[in-house]
Amino acid sequence: MNQREFMDEHNHEHHHVQERGELRILSARAGADVAAEAPLAKHALDLAAVRGKLQARAGKQYWRTLEELAEDPHFTELLQREFPRQAPSEWDEGVDRRDFLKLMAASLAFAGLSGCGLPPRENIVPYVKQPEGLVLGKPLFFATVMPFGADAIGLLVESHEGRPTKIEGNPDHPSSLGGTNAFAQASVLDLYDPDRAQLTTNFGDMRSWSQFLDSAQAAAAAIKSTEGAGFRILTGTITSPLLAEEIQGLLKLYPKAKWHQWEPAVSDGGREGAKLAFGRYLNTVYRVEKADVILSLDSDFLAVGPGNVRYMKEFFRRRKLTGPDSEMNRLYVVEPTPTVTGATADHRLPLRASDVELFARALAAKLGLGGGASLPGAEKWIAAVAADLQKHRGSSLVVAGEQQGAEVHALAHAINAALGNSGVTVYQTEPVEAQPVNHLQSITELCADMDAGKVDTLIIFGTNPIYTAPHDFDFATKITKVRNTIRVSTHFDETAEYSQWHIAESHFLETWGDARAFDGTLSVIQPLIAPLYATHSAREVLAAFSDKPGVSDYDALRDRLKAANSGADFEKFWRKTLNDGVVANSAFTPVAGAAKFSADSLPPAKTIPADQLEFIFRPDPSIYDGRFANNGWLQELPKPVTKLVWDNAALVSSKTSEKLDLAHKAASRGGEHGQIYSPVVDVSLSNSKVTAAAWTLPGQADGVVVLPLGYGRTHAGYTGTNRGFNAYAVRVSSALFTATGGTLKKTDAEYSLACTQYHFNMEGRKILASGTLEEYKKNPNFAHEEDEQPDKSVSLYKPQDFPYAPDKPAWAMAIDLSSCNGCNACVVACQSENNIPVVGKDQVMRGREMHWIRIDRYYTHTPSETDGGHSGDPSEYSPALDNPETFFQPVPCQQCENAPCEQVCPVGATVHSSEGLNDMVYNRCIGTRYCSNNCPYKVRRFNFLRFQDWETPQFKLLRNPEVTVRSRGVMEKCTYCVQRISNVRIEAEKQNRAIRDGEIVTACESACPAEAIVFGDQNDPNSRVSKLKAQQRNYTILGELNARPRTTYLAAVRNPNPEMEKA
Amino acid sequence: MEHHEPQLYGVMAEFETANQLLHAAEKVRDAGYKHMDAYAPFPVEGLTEALGLGRNKVALTTLLGGLCGGLGGFGFEYWVNVVSYPMNIAGRPLNSWPAFIPVTFELTVLGAALSAVFGMIAMNGLPRPHHPVFNIHRFARASTDRFFICIEATDPKFHLADTARFLEGLHPQHVTEVQDE
Amino acid sequence: MSVAQPPINHPEIRRLEPVLAPGHTYETVTATISDVVIKRPLGLGWFAGFTLAFTFLMVLTVAVAWLIIKGVGIWGINVPIGWGFAIVNFVWWIGIGHAGTLISAILFLLNQKWRTSINRFAEAMTLFAVACAGIFPLIHTGRPWMAYYMFPYPSTMGIWPQFRSPLIWDVFAVSTYGTVSLLFWFVGLIPDLATLRDRAPHKWQQMIFGALAMGWRGSARHWHRYQSAYMLLAGLATPLVLSVHTVVSFDFSIAIVPGWHTTIFPPYFVAGAIYSGFAMVLTIAIPLRKAYGLEDFITMRHLENMAKVMLATGLIVAYGYFFEFFMAEYSGNKFDVFLVDQRLHGPYSPYYFALILCNILTPQLLWIQKVRRNIAALFVMSLIINTGMWLERFVIVVISLTRDFMPSAWGRYSATVWDYATFAGTLGLFTTLLFLFCRALPAIAMAEMRELVAHTSKDHD
Repeated sequence: MNQREFMDEHNHEHHHVQERGELRILSARAGADVAAEAPLAKHALDLAAVRGKLQARAGKQYWRTLEELAEDPHFTELLQREFPRQAPSEWDEGVDRRDFLKLMAASLAFAGLSGCGLPPRENIVPYVKQPEGLVLGKPLFFATVMPFGADAIGLLVESHEGRPTKIEGNPDHPSSLGGTNAFAQASVLDLYDPDRAQLTTNFGDMRSWSQFLDSAQAAAAAIKSTEGAGFRILTGTITSPLLAEEIQGLLKLYPKAKWHQWEPAVSDGGREGAKLAFGRYLNTVYRVEKADVILSLDSDFLAVGPGNVRYMKEFFRRRKLTGPDSEMNRLYVVEPTPTVTGATADHRLPLRASDVELFARALAAKLGLGGGASLPGAEKWIAAVAADLQKHRGSSLVVAGEQQGAEVHALAHAINAALGNSGVTVYQTEPVEAQPVNHLQSITELCADMDAGKVDTLIIFGTNPIYTAPHDFDFATKITKVRNTIRVSTHFDETAEYSQWHIAESHFLETWGDARAFDGTLSVIQPLIAPLYATHSAREVLAAFSDKPGVSDYDALRDRLKAANSGADFEKFWRKTLNDGVVANSAFTPVAGAAKFSADSLPPAKTIPADQLEFIFRPDPSIYDGRFANNGWLQELPKPVTKLVWDNAALVSSKTSEKLDLAHKAASRGGEHGQIYSPVVDVSLSNSKVTAAAWTLPGQADGVVVLPLGYGRTHAGYTGTNRGFNAYAVRVSSALFTATGGTLKKTDAEYSLACTQYHFNMEGRKILASGTLEEYKKNPNFAHEEDEQPDKSVSLYKPQDFPYAPDKPAWAMAIDLSSCNGCNACVVACQSENNIPVVGKDQVMRGREMHWIRIDRYYTHTPSETDGGHSGDPSEYSPALDNPETFFQPVPCQQCENAPCEQVCPVGATVHSSEGLNDMVYNRCIGTRYCSNNCPYKVRRFNFLRFQDWETPQFKLLRNPEVTVRSRGVMEKCTYCVQRISNVRIEAEKQNRAIRDGEIVTACESACPAEAIVFGDQNDPNSRVSKLKAQQRNYTILGELNARPRTTYLAAVRNPNPEMEKA
Repeated sequence: MEHHEPQLYGVMAEFETANQLLHAAEKVRDAGYKHMDAYAPFPVEGLTEALGLGRNKVALTTLLGGLCGGLGGFGFEYWVNVVSYPMNIAGRPLNSWPAFIPVTFELTVLGAALSAVFGMIAMNGLPRPHHPVFNIHRFARASTDRFFICIEATDPKFHLADTARFLEGLHPQHVTEVQDE
Repeated sequence: MSVAQPPINHPEIRRLEPVLAPGHTYETVTATISDVVIKRPLGLGWFAGFTLAFTFLMVLTVAVAWLIIKGVGIWGINVPIGWGFAIVNFVWWIGIGHAGTLISAILFLLNQKWRTSINRFAEAMTLFAVACAGIFPLIHTGRPWMAYYMFPYPSTMGIWPQFRSPLIWDVFAVSTYGTVSLLFWFVGLIPDLATLRDRAPHKWQQMIFGALAMGWRGSARHWHRYQSAYMLLAGLATPLVLSVHTVVSFDFSIAIVPGWHTTIFPPYFVAGAIYSGFAMVLTIAIPLRKAYGLEDFITMRHLENMAKVMLATGLIVAYGYFFEFFMAEYSGNKFDVFLVDQRLHGPYSPYYFALILCNILTPQLLWIQKVRRNIAALFVMSLIINTGMWLERFVIVVISLTRDFMPSAWGRYSATVWDYATFAGTLGLFTTLLFLFCRALPAIAMAEMRELVAHTSKDHD
């Protein structure tokens, strides 16, 4: 079997290489070299270690352990966990994706089921429904939170017979208010990821937990003797008091021990900025809802960073228009590369990242905060913004970006203070992080100590230093000087490969714990399911080194809360906390003290010569810093602005692209809706080199090259390994987020990128209507100018032919384009709710992705193909593309009343329901694809091959039992979440009442943090959807086709500053 | 045809050309014979009239077949869409008769064609593997280049000797008795 | 022939060269044609050709097997291009079939004597083409094993086919067309089968042909009904053949896709069908008459007439192309305007220009009699036109789909090796059947040839 397995592995590499072309080979090799030296450098004598590493490098280590299992003395301990012997039979397979997953399936059968042996003894409390016995087929909802950086998103998790299947936002949680983002939506897939590490291993050899405890305690004794001199803990940002307490406990126990933190995608600017402004680390919270005018200094606060979901909700609540008399807030964005926040802006100024500081200084100067800085070229802009901010003293807000430096943050604080926004639209609290430190400094110290051989025991969790640490630290070499490294992670990743011990970490849906949200609110992480595998929490691992190991997370958590809430009836408090998902009023109170800081105190800003390229590092919109690399939903999620999937690319501006001749072109396969050939470029930066595919991005600041982080991973798992290029490879400590002095050289190689929407032009068609607030006030009917919508009464058919009986509901949807910023939460929510398969890069390049709801991205006011100018492809330079106005349009099935798809189906597999739904009957469909051809909106999706994975047991657990799992050869499409409609209808009928408005919430609607999507009954004049459709902004895409869609759109309205127009 | 005593089927004369056959046929008809038939390697113009055969019923059969196909077709479509399983398809009326026409037409043609062909075959009494005329060896050329006329024994005017002599009078190649064994 | 008509040696017909070389008797025509079937041994050439054709047929079986195993995803289709080679090939093959019916039915009704010697294999060609075409609607579905849903049978689901869908019209049109063509062909064969029965040297041949001939004995009564039936069939086949390609064109014109949704389609599809059909008849007739020495029966006059028909239908097709543009510009519908613009400037414009070259420009050479009477030239021309007509269907089916209403969903299409294999495979099926046909059945209608002899020979007086 080992033989077979090595062969397979080999085929696999080979497979990758062919599929990914030169780019992949290069980036892959880069990783491999480091890996190769490591084990040898390490104690040459320790042959076991070497073997362990070699095996480990091949990944899938649990297979090898299967072999060794036989000789393992502790085999007996596992035996009691029903170990099925048929697992190896899974080997008689080829090496394509599905077969690979079949292998994974076997490994679950082996280790996975072990979890089932041990049901959770702890009681968990369902949300809303009290668990007097679970009703089969009826999902329960549990409140929990997803820790993410310095934030925790409150969730309600839908559980079917004990299987978490769907993530919803928790309306009672301040960081969610009912909304979620793509990361949270996709997190449930991580739980069932077949590539997850499933065992405790030592040099790749399987070990039982008790074996680890023994060795940990042994180590603890040694550590104690040295007062922990050589004991180090490296983590990411931690907001969990419980975890922090555990660490503090260890530090108390071992005075000389140290705790280091490293969060790769977030700069220290925020912390240091606060220090500059307030003299100490503080946490900043925004009250976006209270702000009339917002200026973002390179901040993507609507998409990432603490509180993003809440900020999005608040922001867009201020942009809902009920009529021409309603008002909306105004957003200015200054940023180097287009983000969803920038795309939403009323005014967007593309600036190089380094110039953003100049901008801030100049603005501060304009507002009389000293420092006579100025930014030539943007003077008028700055003047207009300054004026607008002045005009809205106390109701304006300046937000600094997570990747910006301390100065920018300090200036932002100062400006907010000067404008009297402090305490109104923005306030400071005690840090949410358990222990705020300067991460760069922290990891620098650690590296120094490791290099000096001062570290002999190192526990790493919550961060993946081998992959993310600055390139110049050469973490990989230094870590080999540590005698004993304990890696705690969900996957056997890059860092695990360099560690003696690897502890498979539990998913947050499997463990008890707690976390603070962006505003300090404390929440309990409530497990939805017992650990699927032999996994453990980071806290348990830490505890193993303490004087009282083996305390369960549950007990530890309860003890902690008891201590914190003595007096009150604890059980009552406990139940309430679990039920609500938050510890009542635990949010931090604002701290007094305004920014005592003047721009004069700043050192002169460093500027980069205009002819130099500026390379900036940003977290990827889909997989963040790489932690989601193995999540298929996120990998296949079109990135909001570029619409690329499965890869990252070096993003360049149209001008730069033209200069360096980096134009890409659509392939004949898939073309605009799939495969794009893009030139491969060599990026040489900070004496390192990486090869990347170049992508021209309209709206990017000229001279800026964006290197998105998170790709090019070597040990992410099957889905995430060797995708894209590794930007960390050229990232050094001296230039963490903005680097210069690098070069971009075009090679003659070409690389295929998968892009789901290459063409951005509407070709003068009635697809996305947009206007300014002024226009709207002048002419509320602007969306219907030159409208070709035929009069509904004009028809060959008698209207009574198909009455949608007024006594029956007529389901309909209204999507407010003013509120959509393309954040993609709905897309993942839909995928999760409706069991939509992931098809892989190759199929996407053939134009076969399966998303039921897609988000189209259009640039307005650009010359179109029909007027002979532009071919509508972004790599063709046109001044209009230097800073185009960007709009997003979610497109689910339009549920047409005169559905063109129905008329042409030969077998009646798609027909209309009495409530006006365009139903798709899977088991009647024979797959002629005629309906898709005849669908003007192209929302139908076809199973060209068997895209669903039917074997992998994990995915069987993942699926929503209320939605058919479609097989090969049938058409599918958005159903308006018909299963949710039925559930509600059944309830209503049982109670013999009508369905209430808002009772049915589609997956996309509930996920949308911007409340852009509204679903309801258009026969009910008082329903929210009817009210929206009653607005004059309401229009239908391509109305002239008279398909009469039930899904209509409200024209996008932006609120530009009239002054600025003159500027 | 079940086996029994060889019995006389008729007398047959063989001719070289279609015209000789035509003339012979007229004479035979004028001589008042009723039960007779002519055999030719291709349809000879005027032979039907010469033998005094009436009109045939193929056209009528075809018409009926066509009507059944057409009416049945439309009726079925109507029943399916309006009676059996009415469904809202693309907001079109249940009885979208214009959309039903193509199938109706095709079924009309199909019905007509089938009844034309099988009607013809049936009325010709085919398939019939054996027939007395096949007993005459020279008759094999009836499908290539010879023309035959046969007066059957069942004819009231039939008298072996006289009839044979009468046929001799038409200057055929041969005159032979056709036995039916 | 029941319809009275002037003998071929009538003064104004004499100027034309005869449709049958002089000096033939009943015996000679019959012998020449029937010997190919019952006497002549299988030559090396036949074996070589048959083997080649059969190899391609095997390619088809492999391609289809793999398709059933993996799914239609092995083809180049995607969203938005839901229909690719499969439908292109379907329309192309069906079109080819039309010439056969046209020759045997319409020319028969119009009393065109010259049709006699070509109608038999033209009808065979029709049948084989329909067979090839029929494969595609079945295998192009995502779940071919469920394709029977398209037939009206009482199912437990109580559901029936959706009769508003042009695909259902297709099912009925094509199956009716196949059936009627088969009947028409068989009826024509009955007397010839009798002839073969009577001339066959071997017992087994007599048995087979005897059974097929059903005891036909050429009785005057039989001939009488036979002629009525044949005439009626011809009368039914004529509207049928026109309806079939009309219905096929509905697959497109009923849909709302720009480039499909146009009223010119029915006539222009039918013309195109006949155009490609005659081209295919030439492609077959020219080698056939050479191989089996049938030059006396398929004379220069036949070839020239067919060339003229191609020229005429080609012009109708050209008119169709022109009107696509005219209607778009005239209606001003922005989608259609964009579409025709794409035809010329879009990513697929080379295909369009190739199509114009093959279907419109090259055939103009047929105005010249020298070309019409040059066998080699005609052969090449027929191949060019067949290619052109295939391209036409590609342009209509695929390219219209690449860029329709939503620019965000625009895409492109490129065929995979399996697309090509399937198409090549059907060519194999077609030729295999032809090879078998020309040795198993008389390639020319003997009875009708004898009739022709009767008319041409002197024995009238």
